[in-house]
Amino acid sequence: MVCSLVRKSFIRYFFLNLYFILSVLASAARFLTLHTYGSSSDQYGYAYFYTDALLTLGLFVALISLYSHVFGELGFSKQIRLGAVLLLLGTAAFSYGVVRQSEERLATSFAYELSQNLYFVGLVLTYILWGAVLKLREARTRLVQFILALGLYFSAYAASYALLNLADKFGAVRYLSQLLACLLPLSWSITMLRHTEDSRIATAPLVAVQR
Amino acid sequence: MMAALILVFSLATLGMFFVSYCRSLVAACSQYSLSAEVRDVTGIRAVAEAEDFTRVVQVLQLCPDRAEDRTSLQAVSLYHSLLTFVQRTATKLAPPLRAWAEQERAHCAQFAAVTLDRRIAFSREMLARQAEL
Repeated sequence: MVCSLVRKSFIRYFFLNLYFILSVLASAARFLTLHTYGSSSDQYGYAYFYTDALLTLGLFVALISLYSHVFGELGFSKQIRLGAVLLLLGTAAFSYGVVRQSEERLATSFAYELSQNLYFVGLVLTYILWGAVLKLREARTRLVQFILALGLYFSAYAASYALLNLADKFGAVRYLSQLLACLLPLSWSITMLRHTEDSRIATAPLVAVQR
Repeated sequence: MMAALILVFSLATLGMFFVSYCRSLVAACSQYSLSAEVRDVTGIRAVAEAEDFTRVVQVLQLCPDRAEDRTSLQAVSLYHSLLTFVQRTATKLAPPLRAWAEQERAHCAQFAAVTLDRRIAFSREMLARQAEL
């Protein structure tokens, strides 16, 4: 956030900054709940899972804003927003359908399921966006690196959730995901500091598998 | 079953995004012309070669650290190790991979040399500021 203010790009990448603002607020809310009620309380459980769902939602919005940056010039912004809302509602309905049976902790289960599904939807959307960037030969260095860092983050999180679902013995992955959470702000800050809005990069050589 | 499929897809995209991200970091430095000082210190003539990477990183460790390039350097170092592994193991199966991995490692060395150049410039700037005070 500070980096984008320094580089005078706060408004241009507002939704990316909004995610960071939400991260700070979520951390403060979690800390306060933890300090007041303790780590084994229901209140902390609710605060943790709902702030997590809120952050995932924030990241989803940030991703859609990157879509708008890429497709904005083609005049597809309205369709993108509509598609994003429909996808979000669909994911929420699917998550509710999955957790409907567990009546005991429906609220926290729903928040957890929604986060998990949104990470996977986010990963698929980032993958499609990266394909579009290559196809459209998008050359803005900042945009390219924002998308790639987001793709890394989403895929690492989706993999860690899938691993946890496969077997509980991979519980240590939980700690790894906390570490991963630091990488996204770091890589976005580096990109913001190192490159200007005018920096350009050739995307053709970036394809992982050369054709 | 579903979780296993998601895991496989996520790991595949993780690998793809990692390679592309590293290549985007490296590509951003490919047009940069190295200063004469860096070329003297590292022994690079005009363009960095694959084998220069380790030497440049050793020199980099002697320079004052900069938070801005630490993560990128770690990512590229990991990418370089991955390429070295590919070069050593897969060349017998797919010889064209050797040339590709060699070229990529040279790009990594160029990235490290550019980082060194920036660190030297940064240190010099800091010294100049201290001298002004």
